[in-house]
Order: sequence, then C-alpha cells, then structure tokens
Amino acid sequence: MAKANMDPKKCPMPVQDPEVRNQNFSEVALGYTAEMAVNEAKRCLQCKHRPCVQGCPVNVQIPEFISLIAEEDFEGAYQKILETNSFPAVCGRVCPQETQCEGRCVRGIKHEPVGIGRLERFVADYHRENVSAKTEEIPSNGHKVACIGSGPASLSCAGDLAKQGYDVTVFEAFHIPGGVLVYGIPEFRLPKDIVQLEIDQLNDLGVEVMTNMVIGRVLSIDELLNDMGFEAVFIGSGAGLPNFMGIEGENLVGVYSANEYLTRANLMKAYRTDYSTPIRLGHKVAVIGGGNVAMDAARTAKRLGAEEVSIVYRRSREEMPARVEEVEHAEEEGIIFHNLCNPIAYEGNEKGEINKMICIRMELGEPDESGRRRPMPIEGSHFETEVDTVIVAVGTSPNPLIKATTRGLETNRWGCIVADENGQTSREGVFAGGDIVTGAATVINAMGAGKVAAASIDRYILSKAAEA
Amino acid sequence: MFKIVKKENLNDAVIRMAIEAPFVANKAKAGQFIMFRVDEQGERVPLTVSDTDKELGTVSIIFQIVGKATRLLAEKEEGEYIADFVGPLGNPSELEGYKTACVIGGGVGTAIAYPSAKALYEQGAKVDVIAGFRSKDIVILEDEFRACSDNLYITTDDGTYGRKGFVTQQLTDLLESGKKYDVVVAIGPVIVMKLVSDITREYGIKTLVSLNPIMVDGTGMCGGCRVTVAGETKFACVDGPEFDGHDVDFDELMKRNAIYKDQEAHDDHECRLGLPKH
Repeated sequence: MAKANMDPKKCPMPVQDPEVRNQNFSEVALGYTAEMAVNEAKRCLQCKHRPCVQGCPVNVQIPEFISLIAEEDFEGAYQKILETNSFPAVCGRVCPQETQCEGRCVRGIKHEPVGIGRLERFVADYHRENVSAKTEEIPSNGHKVACIGSGPASLSCAGDLAKQGYDVTVFEAFHIPGGVLVYGIPEFRLPKDIVQLEIDQLNDLGVEVMTNMVIGRVLSIDELLNDMGFEAVFIGSGAGLPNFMGIEGENLVGVYSANEYLTRANLMKAYRTDYSTPIRLGHKVAVIGGGNVAMDAARTAKRLGAEEVSIVYRRSREEMPARVEEVEHAEEEGIIFHNLCNPIAYEGNEKGEINKMICIRMELGEPDESGRRRPMPIEGSHFETEVDTVIVAVGTSPNPLIKATTRGLETNRWGCIVADENGQTSREGVFAGGDIVTGAATVINAMGAGKVAAASIDRYILSKAAEA
Repeated sequence: MFKIVKKENLNDAVIRMAIEAPFVANKAKAGQFIMFRVDEQGERVPLTVSDTDKELGTVSIIFQIVGKATRLLAEKEEGEYIADFVGPLGNPSELEGYKTACVIGGGVGTAIAYPSAKALYEQGAKVDVIAGFRSKDIVILEDEFRACSDNLYITTDDGTYGRKGFVTQQLTDLLESGKKYDVVVAIGPVIVMKLVSDITREYGIKTLVSLNPIMVDGTGMCGGCRVTVAGETKFACVDGPEFDGHDVDFDELMKRNAIYKDQEAHDDHECRLGLPKH
C-alpha cells in the first residue's frame, strides 16, 4: 500500500451551503469524489489490532474495505462491506460513527479519525451509480419466516435469511416499507430513493413485503405460526410510541410529537405541494430534546419556512445524544440552541392554540445511571417565551400492540420485549431485535440485532428440521 | 391496491362502499376503524368499519364528503382501486352484558352507530335508536336501523321527517318518560356526543362515545389523536376509539380537530406552504 496520508484532518465533506440548504429538502452532504475518497483512505494506518471493527455493531471489515478504496477498487470495497452489512448507503449516512468505528480509530487519538462513514457512503454511492445490480437467483430452502416491521432490524434479518434461501415475508403497518428510515429520518439526511433501492434489492432476493398489515390486529403472532405456515417470527416493530413529558398544556393545538411532525413531513411528504398532507407552519418553533430526532425536527421546521427554530435541551451540548455532525449542521442552518433549559408548561389562546412556553433553567449535578450528569432545575429561574409550535422529541417507547395480543411473550417494565443475546424471546419460534427489545437506539444497532436473530432463526429451523 | 366492489349513494353527500380486503374483513369487529389512502399523494383518513362480509372478503365503509380525501374517494367507481386500506384498528366496542340500550347517531355518525346497534340487538338487548338528521332528504339507513331496534326515533332539524328537533330532545323525553337504559351509545359530531353525555350524566347512565380525532397512522405512532379522558392523556387510536363519554374533555377535542381548518379551506390552492415544487 502507498505511503499513508498524514493529514491531521479528515478530508472535508462537500455540503450544500447552509443558507441554501435550509430552504430545500435535498441532501445536505454531497459525498466524496473518487479523488477525495482515495486520499482519505490513505489516512488509514491499517492497524493490526483493528479497533474500528470492534466498534462496529455489524463487524464491517473496515481496514480491508478502506485498503481497497486506496487501491481504487471501489466495487471491491463495496462487496467487502456487503459481506457483513446489507445497507452501506444507509449506514454511511446515519451511523453515529464518532461513538463507534471512528471513536476507536488510532488516528483519532491525536487528530481527527479516518472518515470511515464518509468512505462507506462513497463506495455505496459509487456502486449505485456505476454498477448495474445483478442479483443471483437463490434456490428456496422451503422454510417460511415472517418479519414484523420493515425498519432496519427487520430488513437486515429478512435480507440475511433470504440470502440463505428462506421464504421471507415482511409485514409493514404503513403503506410503504422502511420504518424509521422513511417516516423518521428526513430526505435531506437520507434520500428516500436510496432506502427504496435497498428494499428493491431485498425484493430481488425474493423477500415479499406486505404493507398495510398491522400485526396484532389483522393477524396475531399465533396465527402467523399456526395458520399461515411460518416456522419462525422475527419481531422488529421498533419503538414507535412517542413519549410526552406530561406537563400542562401539552395537548394544546400546535404541540406535536416529533413522530407526528416528521411523519407528516417525510412519509406523507407535507413539504411537497403535490401531496395533500397538511402540516402547521410555525413562525416560532421550539423543539424539545437533544437527540437526532430533535435535530431532524428542528431542521425540517426551518425548511418548511419557520422564522425562528430553537432546540430546548435540559443538559449541555456535551451530553447531547445527537450525532456531532447533525448538531453542527443544525447550528450552521440557523437553529438556535437553548441548552440547560427545560419546558415546564405551555399556555394557549382561546382557540386552544399554543402561544407561550414557560421554561426553567437547569444545572448539571452528579452523574446518573446513564453516566451523564443529571440535570437539576435552578429554583426561581423561570422564564417565558413566545412560541406557536412545539415539537416534543424526548424519546419513544415500544408499541404495546404485539405484547397485548401475544400470549406468553415476556416484556420488561418499559414494555420492551425480553430477548436473549441471540434474539430468542420467551416464546418458542419467536425472535425479536432492535428498538422493540432495547428501547429507542440506533439504526445500526437494530441492524446488528436483526443479523443476530437471522442466524438464530436459521439454527432454530435447521434443528427443528433435523428432529423431524 | 384495494378494489371497490360496491358503491351506493345513501344521499347526496353520503356514500357506502364495499372494499375488497379479506384480511381486514376476517377480523374487524363493531367499533373498530380502518384508514384509507386513495392514491400516492393522498392523506391517510380514518373511517369506522360499518359492516363486513367474511365470505366475500369485503369491508363496508360509510362516509360523507367533507374534504379532499373523501371527495377523491367518492369519485372512485365500482371496479376501481384505491392505494391503501389498513385495519382493523382500535379496540372493538365493549357491549357485552347490556340488556337495554339507546343508540344515538347524528348525521353521518348514524352510520358509525349502526354496527353497535346491530351488535346489541343481535345479543338480545332491547335497543332504542335515535337517529338525527338535518333534513328528510339526507336520512340514511332507516331500514337497516328498523331491522335492529325495538324503537326507532328519527329527528330532523327542520321537521321534514320524524320529529322536529335534535336527538338530545328525543333522549331527554324518553328519559323523562321513565325509560331506563343500561347504556347509551352516542356517535356523531363532537358537540352531539358532548350534549348527550351531559344529559346522561344527570341520569347516571353509562355512556359510550366513539371519538374521531385527527390522526396520521392509527397505530399509536403519531400521538396526534391524543384526548384527555378522566384527566389523563389517551391516544384515541390505541386506547379507544370508544371512551366513557362522562370522562372525555370534548372542548379540547373540538379545538384539536380544528387545527387544519384553514389549510383545508385552501385545499385545492396551488401552494399551501409557499414552497417551490420539488
């Protein structure tokens, strides 16, 4: 391999100008050119102990794919990633690399780590634009598996099983598949045609996707297993129920859950004039929370034309769970940050529309069980601010529907399905993974759980077949 | 895609359709709803299941043309298809054990009340039905209700058919004359459900209402349909849609349902957001 590029900084990612992009829904980051990718790839030291791979929930062979980029074998690099990750175009865009692969990168100890996410995105985009997809026919092994939900967990489980010849049916409650990748993450961060392409590739592998199917209502898990001929079921239905704070005025008109706001904008395409979906166009919008969903909601509100959009977060910037890049992008786009601040009530006008938010300032105390310093209200620090739209982005919980309609399926006190490290639940033949097990987490963790469950389902069905 | 196998006009603005959706037909019970989307650009709209035919695999819906989505659905003809039809959603009505019932429907809400009346009647309850309409020419489902009630009281606002006046007056008269009910089921405009609940509260009669707030997904995901019931926030789609009418904050619901009124009024306006076409 050629001599390493010792530039202390990552090759910068070309992006749309902030003042332009905060008025459109096109993708913010434009992606590396081949030349940039090769240069960045040469920053990799090809460490023997490969700490980056240990930081990846799906074990992407990172030094290997980067080495192939440095040799300008971009398709080879893509195939290398594909060995363990079916969705590089998605992961390259939405993974929190700074706490995973890049967080372990040796180059990152003194300087900036290698831009692993950007390189992953580059090869996925290169493949999509330059290589015509060819799917090899996989002979069916005659075993049927159902995957519930079509977000990252289910899609990766379905993909892995289909590649081994399983007849996989994915059941999606919405009218289009993709889960959080389509209803939650906005177009400007993850273009929907990229998600669709990933799903098309699953279709090519023989995965059947049935939309408009709310499992637990239209069919139960028991019916899938007993009447429909599925030998195993994977539950990857996510954490879809929005949390509210339970404060006064939260049901005023103009107070949205981030789920609703983003679903209207993304899935139902309220930002496009050719769609019928209505959405409230705020002038002064406050988004409550400091995660990726809060950033997505704030940046969406800005793009829909809000004059002033602020993030209200109870801890400080250091504790923000959002990806660093999203916080930076939001700042560049003119989102105002009110950190160490928490709403305690909302007030409205005679029509029940919100017009005021009452907040209290916070300070950080001792670390709590999450290891982050606990936010404590500062007595007497109340203040009021005018708002006409509030978007609550303080997390989500698992949907209770499947739990309520499946006998013998154990859940914990947060309503999460209990599954062991192999994705096995308390019911034979029923596996689970992703947010429905862990509570709201990341796309890549869900994908990792889907893969683990696919391997368990394979073992389970083969052992049953051997018994028979 | 879901096929419209039957379409009939019940009056000028109210239409009944049977949609081919075998999975839904197999499961849907009284009180549950579906969501439809006419085409790719359309909204998701909730409608209560009116009836099902398991053998034909069809689900009947009855709807009034009130906005763009229902107008586009009404323009579809028998044999044509709509993009999406998902259900059954929400919890079924809990009507078991009631021996005497009064089922009250207002306007197109009578269509939503019909499955409840039918279910009660079929389980052997004595059922009185009060169905209120603006005028004679928009009376719907008269034969259907007659077949599943002991007494059918029709009211019209203008007195052109049945009794002149509102369903609330008919209810008050029945109660004052000494009629006793185990349960009152009230379905219709929010204001009708509120007024009925106010009356029955005084008589201490259990009252069930079916709420129809704005929602996006119908599965608990958006929280747009939250209503305050007995001081607690509930999601109508997963906790309801049926609630005890004496516990519902109807005033809040009316305000929440008005959120997109202005945008609806400009429904066919070229650009609602001031954004360029993408």
